[in-house]
Formats: sequence, structure tokens, C-alpha cells
Amino acid sequence: MEIIVASSIGVLTAGGVYLLLRLRTFPVILGLALLSYAVNVFLFASGRLATNLPPVLSPYGDASYTDPLPQALVLTAIVISFGMTAVLVMIGLGAFLEADSDRIDMEPEQDGADAANEGSA
Amino acid sequence: MGLGGTLLLLIAVMPFAGALLPGLMIRAGRNVCAISTAVPTFLALTMLVVLAPSVMQGNVVQAQIEWLPQLGLSASFFLDGLGLLFAGMILGVGLLITLYARFYLSGEDPMGQFYTYLLLFQGAMLGIVLSDNILLLLIFWELTSLSSFLLIGFWKHLPEGRQGARMALAVTGAGGLAMIGGMLILGNIVGSYNLTDILAAGDQIRASEWYLPALILILLGAFTKSAQFPFHFWLPHAMAAPTPVSAYLHSATMVKAGVFLLARMWPALAGTDAWFYIVSTTGLVTMVLGALIALFKDDLKALLAFSTVSHLGLLTMLLGFGTQAAAVAAVFHIINHLTFKAALFMTAGIVDHETHTRDIKRLGGLRHLMPITFLIGTAAALSMAGIPLFNGFLSKELMLEEASHTDWFGSAYAVPVMATIGALLSVAYSLRFISHVFLGPVRDDYPHKPHDPPFGMWAAPALLVAMVVIIGVAPFLAEGIVTAAANAVTGADLHPHLKIWHGFTPALWMSVIAVAGGIILLLLHKPLDKLWIAAPRPEAKAIFDRLIAGLVAASRAITEIGHNGAISRYLAIFTASSVALGWVAYSSSGLSAPTRELLPISPVIFVGWIMLIVATVSVVTMHHHRFRALVLIGIIGLSISAGFAYLSAPDLALTQISVETVTIMLLLLALHFMPKITPKESSAGLKLRDGVIALGAGGGVAALAYAFLMRDIETISDYHLANSYEGGGGTNVVNVILVDFRGYDTFGEIIVLGIAGLVIYAIMHALLDGPASRRLKNTDYSYDRSRDRHPMMMVVATRVMMPIAIVVGAYIFLRGHNQPGGGFVAGLVIAIALLMQYMASGFAWTQERQRMEYHTMIGLGVVIAGLTGVGSWLFGRPFLTSDFTYIHLPPIEEFEVATAMLFDLGVFLTVLGGVMLMLYSLSRIARFAGETVNVEPMDYDPADRVPDEEER
Repeated sequence: MEIIVASSIGVLTAGGVYLLLRLRTFPVILGLALLSYAVNVFLFASGRLATNLPPVLSPYGDASYTDPLPQALVLTAIVISFGMTAVLVMIGLGAFLEADSDRIDMEPEQDGADAANEGSA
Repeated sequence: MGLGGTLLLLIAVMPFAGALLPGLMIRAGRNVCAISTAVPTFLALTMLVVLAPSVMQGNVVQAQIEWLPQLGLSASFFLDGLGLLFAGMILGVGLLITLYARFYLSGEDPMGQFYTYLLLFQGAMLGIVLSDNILLLLIFWELTSLSSFLLIGFWKHLPEGRQGARMALAVTGAGGLAMIGGMLILGNIVGSYNLTDILAAGDQIRASEWYLPALILILLGAFTKSAQFPFHFWLPHAMAAPTPVSAYLHSATMVKAGVFLLARMWPALAGTDAWFYIVSTTGLVTMVLGALIALFKDDLKALLAFSTVSHLGLLTMLLGFGTQAAAVAAVFHIINHLTFKAALFMTAGIVDHETHTRDIKRLGGLRHLMPITFLIGTAAALSMAGIPLFNGFLSKELMLEEASHTDWFGSAYAVPVMATIGALLSVAYSLRFISHVFLGPVRDDYPHKPHDPPFGMWAAPALLVAMVVIIGVAPFLAEGIVTAAANAVTGADLHPHLKIWHGFTPALWMSVIAVAGGIILLLLHKPLDKLWIAAPRPEAKAIFDRLIAGLVAASRAITEIGHNGAISRYLAIFTASSVALGWVAYSSSGLSAPTRELLPISPVIFVGWIMLIVATVSVVTMHHHRFRALVLIGIIGLSISAGFAYLSAPDLALTQISVETVTIMLLLLALHFMPKITPKESSAGLKLRDGVIALGAGGGVAALAYAFLMRDIETISDYHLANSYEGGGGTNVVNVILVDFRGYDTFGEIIVLGIAGLVIYAIMHALLDGPASRRLKNTDYSYDRSRDRHPMMMVVATRVMMPIAIVVGAYIFLRGHNQPGGGFVAGLVIAIALLMQYMASGFAWTQERQRMEYHTMIGLGVVIAGLTGVGSWLFGRPFLTSDFTYIHLPPIEEFEVATAMLFDLGVFLTVLGGVMLMLYSLSRIARFAGETVNVEPMDYDPADRVPDEEER
């Protein structure tokens, strides 16, 4: 199970970072969304994994529970990352509508192959 | 703290408190404005006089208010002899300057502003001399730089004023920065930032290996402030200020701050070779150089500025000698220099005011036209020259006496000879001030016909000159304050006797040489001046400008490397360096052995994992098709939510799934206005680079996660689990943490969410007012518009769902404290239910039926949550302490009511309002883009249909 969680975090991070490095707003926002998933799961996992031990107190005496604190932190993190994504989307949309371009860089990277690619696209 | 301490605090606060007055009082006229400036100064001075007798007897008045004790920062003040001397100078001259400026400033100058700046500056200066904490002292130190910037650049329309102010700020600010470093080192050596402790730990400081760096850094601060060579160049440029400012800042206060610091730090830092050679040599060079340049300046104020530089050098040199007698001489000269120099600046101001020029070459013969000014100026200048019966003579004799027996690198003559040359030059420029301005024939080509100014303008310099003469004739009158201040500097018990006649000492002969040589030099001034003008000299301002230009170019070049406007570039740099740092951290320290066993993998979870991996890889490979990528993101979010549910986090699963829904809706709405395809524009090389960075980051994070997942930790959650029910009254520990244990965090977080909603609303409005609105109107979005935008099936289904969804939301909210759920999730669920109405029947139709503004909802939520927290204050408990009880209403089971639930209601309202406001803003944009408005719930309503002929 640990391998599954760790590898999921890794894959989400890698995908998120790759999209984050793209040149247009929309993929960057998607990348940030992926990265927020990764970070949230990462934080959650810092409480260590457990199955069938939800942190809801049982009326039947002694029972063990998983760590509730990371869960509480991640819960607000999920909501806040939604807020952040929303603001970013709005900024991206605004920039596109104002400038008619959704490039994120102020000037395109000076790359010969880059320009050639653009010509063929 | 006692009465003395209270008075001391009041003295320190008075100028700041009074600083607002003149700005307001200017409406009542210029006299009222000036008086309102004088009142706080006068009050502070009176209180100082009350404290003076006890301080003169060697007592120290102290006052302390703890401020940030964790950082060693306290607002503590103390008043000893040195502080008394300086505070008296600052307030006394401040009062005189206030009077003088009233008559000097013209009707066009904003006088209220001027006096406000002046009081701010005065407060900062007072703070420096009264601080008993070096961190506090540093704060006041920076405040003097800032307020003097405002004063020097007071005439904003003059480019010289602005440049001079900038230069002063750059030089003194840089020095202040160095001094912060030095002071922090000092505090570290001693283990306290209290000045009293530091001054008592002189031996410990001098023995420390950090002594030299601390010394150099602190000296940099003092030298830049006191315009010591090679930082002397800013002072003459600061003369672009109005003359009252020059008289105040550059004779009595700001430039003396450096000297004050040297004197203040004397017990802690003086007495070593490093101190002697650095401080006294700098002072000596500055003294001679300043005097030399002053002799050849034609601008009256520039002459005085360089003479100030020279006299500051003299003071620095004396303090550098490190002997007790030199300290006495320095303290005495501080007083004398203040009196004659402030008077001279004011005289220069009067001359400028009356003749409209400060160029010495255009002046002369003023003694007949301005006899009073002539008397004042001459007495002050003679004192500056060091002529007997004026106070300048007394301290100059003491200085020469000290210089005459000071060895410098084994040479017995270097210091006495240089000191004599300095004194000689000083005589020359002082006499030049008298003879070239006041003596000589009356001219008829003054730019303005001069005559003596009104009494108010010459009263202040006249008073100062009276002091010059009184101290000069009867020096024993100043003995008390000099003794008190010198004792405070040296920490010894000295009894200096100040007198005019010391016998035929070497100092007297040096003085005689200086006066004779000075007169000869003045007679030769004309040919020497030609020589001076012809000689090549480095122009400090040009060098400074080139230096600044170079620094700007260099920092721009460095910035360009990483920060060239390409976000993707710095994101790449940032990520790559984070990965590299992580690698360094990992490879420099090993990893302990795993302590946990792997949990088994269930087949369902394995399938979910495959889904997640495939979806993520697909998003990356297919992200050019934006719509498809969004669908895939939805899959990822759902898999994660399932994972949370499986791994004992039901609350997270609920939140994730509802947030996911809202996020996708939001992105879909936004995508409507954006290109649907991302162009393929990255080169293969760029893709490879990003791929490598991404794989590195992903691999690193995965390894890190795996490493800690296999090891146990200490957790603080046992406390939460144990106290959740008894303390917070709930069995859902996650919810109790959110609304109770960490309620404060949650409170902050809902505010952030609310602000995010408002930000989006604001951006929307800004967009609709700008060029974006034209683009929206002119773009045709009809190609991706459905024919049947509000289908009947959907309308009916959402109407049926609405009450069910609201009941579910209420249920989730109510059970939240004991079972998975709570305000966050409930808010999102209700938001989704409302959104479905928007989707089914359109924006306008739904909006019409909305009763409450979303802004109100956000505000209400934050207020309710805040009031709940405040409510616990009423019961004498800390913010957000919750209370609870159980209620039994017959038809339903017994249930619990907790104040935390009220807090959760606040959370609920804010989340609902925030989310709805975001989506509402996007819908507004849609309407602007020409979306038609529907007032009917659905496009095609079968109930309205008119039956066909056939059916009838």
C-alpha cells in the first residue's frame, strides 16, 4: 500500500511539474491542480497509512485511530487550493481576454528550434 | 520606573505625538503652525530640565517597556550625562530652528509639512540619544535617515534637492545597514542587546575574536552618518535643503549622530590599537581635507558644509585617541561647534534670504548694510577660527594639547603637524567668511538690495552667539555639563577644569602658528584659488553616480539571468534547485532503518491506482486537447477521493469529491472563453529538459514519501484524540480539530477563501470595464452553444434534486461534529445543488430567485465565526473556546448543541458564499459575451405547447 501511495504522489508531482513548465496558462493551471493533489496526499500520508481506523471516536471503549491532525490540515488545504485555482483561472482568463494571448512568459524563450516548431504548427 | 522614568518616556514620545499638529494647524495660519511645533519641543525640553539636576550629579534615569522580549527588543530608554547633553542640544536648537524657519520659509512652501518632518526627525534623533537598547537605537537610526531624506528633499521641484536627498539616503542608509550587522554581532558577544549591559562588558567585547568585524561595521555606520572621509561627499550635496534644515541637521543633530555613537560606544569599543588607528586616522584625514576644500568653496553653505566635515573629523579624531582628556575635549567641542556652526548656517541663510545669492564672489561689504548680521556672523566665525575669548578657542586648545603628545606609528610629529595644518586652514576659511562677505567695499551689483532681517529671524543666531561669547569668556559655566557628559562617555570620575589661559604650552604655540598661517593663506587666496581651480580633482558626485550606475547595471544583469520575464524559466530553475537541495540533504545524512511493515494491497485499490497513473500520464500527453484533459483531471480527483475513503479519511473523501465537482465546473466555464487547443510550440529540447526536471521532482518526492511512510513518528494527535470528546464535545476528531483545537487557523482560512471570492469578483469587474469587454462582445461563441441549452429533462431532474440535496447538506452539517461531515463539506454540497439550478435553467432565471447576495453571505459567515470566538471572551475564556450541551426534542433522538456548531455555521456560509461568488462572476462574463437571457425555466416547455390541428 505504501508503494502505491508513494508512487501516486511521485507520478502526480512529475505530471504537475511538467505541465507547470508549459508555456500557456491552461496547462499551467492543470499542472497546479495536479501538484495540489500531490501535495495534499503527501501531507495526508505524513500521518502514516491505516485502513479502517477513521478518527471518529468509537463508543465501544478502547479502539485505535489513525492520526487526525494531517487530515484536518489537508481538509482546509483542499478547500484553499480550490480558492487558489479559482483565482488563477480568473487571472488567466483575464489575461487572455485583455491581451488575446494566453502565453505565460513575457517574451518567448529565444530558442531556434522553438521558432521553427511554431512555423510548422 | 518612577516619576523620572515616566518623564523620560514622555520626552521620547513628545515629538512623535506632536508631529501631527503642525500638519493640521497650518490651516489656522503660519504663526499657529510654528507655535504648535514649538509646544511639544518646549514641553520635552522643560521635562528634560526637570531631570537635569539629578543627571548632572551622575544619576541615570531609566525607563523600560517590554516590547518583543523574545528578540531581546524592549522599548527602554536611559538618560545619562551624554544623553542629557545631546537631548538638550536637539531640543534647544530644535526650538530655535522652529523660530528661524517661521521667518525663513516663503509663503509658497508647505510649512505644515516642513514642521511635521522636522518633528519626526527630532523624535528620531532623541530616540538615538536616549535608547538603552541597541536594536531600538538602530530603528531610530534608520528613522533619522528617512526623515532627513524628506527634509533634504523638501524643495521637491529642485533637481539638486532630490539628488542630494537620494545621495544622503543611499550613503547613510548603506552605513546603517553595516551598523545593523555590527550591532547584532555586539549583542551576540555580550548576550544582551541592552546598551547598559554592553557598555559594562567592554573587556569581554575587546577580547572577542568578533571584535574587529563588529568594530568595522559599526564604524562604517558612524562614519557615513558623520560624513567622514571617504564618505564625506554627501554632506555638501545635502546643502540643497532649506537653510533651517542645514542648520539643524548638519550642525547640531544628524551628522553628530555618528559622533554620538562613537562616544556612546567608547567604553565598549575604545582602547585598542584598531580603534586608535582607524578612528583617529580617519578623523585626522577628514579634518585636514574638509578644511582644505572649504577654503576654496565659493558657495557660502558649501564652505560651511566642508567646515562641518572638518570639525566632525576633529571630533572623530579626539574620540579615536581613546584618552580621557581627549574625550573631555571632544565633549566640549561638540557644544562649541553646535553653537557657532548653527549660528553661521543661520547667518548664511539670512545673507541668502536678503541678497538672493550665496556666492561669495558676488558678496562683500555687507557690514554697512547688515550690521546686526555682520556682528553675529563675525563672532561665530571667529569662534570657528579659534580666536581667544570665543568658545571655539577653548576646545581647539584642548584638541591641540592632546594632539601634541600623540604618537602615530612611532612618529611624534605626524599628528601635531597635521592638526596644526587643520587648525591653520580652519582659521583661513573662517576669516575668509568674514572678510569676503562682510568686509570690503559696498557693491552695487547685489542681486537684491540687502538689509537686516526682522528680529524673529536674527533672534535665534543671536542667542547662539551670546552663548559662544559667554562660554568663551567664562568657560567654567560649561564645566558641569561637560563633566557629566565626559563621565558618561569614559565611565570614569573626571573633574576637568576649563580655562582660557594654560600657560605657554605647545598647544598655544601651535595656535599662534595656525592663526598667523591662516592670515597669510587668506592674503594669498586669489592666486591659490586659480591654482586650485586649475588642479585636477576627483569629483565625488561623478564617482558616486558612476558607482551607482555600475551597481544598477550589475544587479540588472544578475536579475536578467534568472528573472527575465519568462515564468516557465524561473519555475524550472526553482524546481531544479529544490530537487538538487533535496539530493544534497539526502546524500549528506543517511537514513535510519524502516520501522513499519508494508500494508497489504487490495485488488480494488490496485485498479484505482492503475486508473490514476493512466489518467495522469494521459493528461500530460494529451494536455493539448484541453477539454479532454479536464475530464481526465476529474478521473484523477475521484481516484484520490476513493483513496482517502479507503485510508480511513472519510472527511477528506467527502471534501475532495465535492471540491472536485466545483473545480471542474469552474474550469469548464472558463474554458468556454479560451482556446480549446494548446498549440504545440515546445521544442524537443525544451520537452526533454522539462521531462528530466519533472521526473527528478516526481522521483524525489516519491522516494521521500516512501521513506517516511516506512518509519514511525511521534505525533501530537494523542492529545486531540483524548480530549476531543471531553473538551470539544465531538467524536469526529477531524472536525473538532477544525472548529475547536485549531479553530483559529480555520478562521483564517475561511477569510482567505472569502477574499479569493471577492478578488475574483473584483477581477471580473475590472475586466468588464477594460478592452476585454470589447473582445467578448466581438467574439462569436455560438459554435459551441447547444441548440437546447435548458433541456426539460435536466430542469425537472434538478428541481426534484434540489430539496433532497439541501436536506443532505443540512444533514452533513448537523452530524459534522460527531460523524464525517461539517461546514466545509455542507457548504460545497449546497453550492453544487445551487449550481445545478444555474446549469439547468440558466443564469438569469436563477439569479431572479436568489434572495441573498453572496458577498453578504461571505461577510455574515466570517462575522458569525468571529463572534463565536469572541463570545468565549465574555465567559473569561480564550478566543474560540467551545461549550456544548445535549438537547432532547421528543420526535428525534437526543442531539448535541455546541458553540462550535455556530462556528461551523460561519464556515458553511463563507464557503457557500465564496464558491458561489466565483461561479457567479464567470457567469457574468458569459452574459457579457452575448449569452441570451432566458426568463423561462426551460427553452421548450411542453405545458405551453398549443395542440396541433390533428390532435384536436
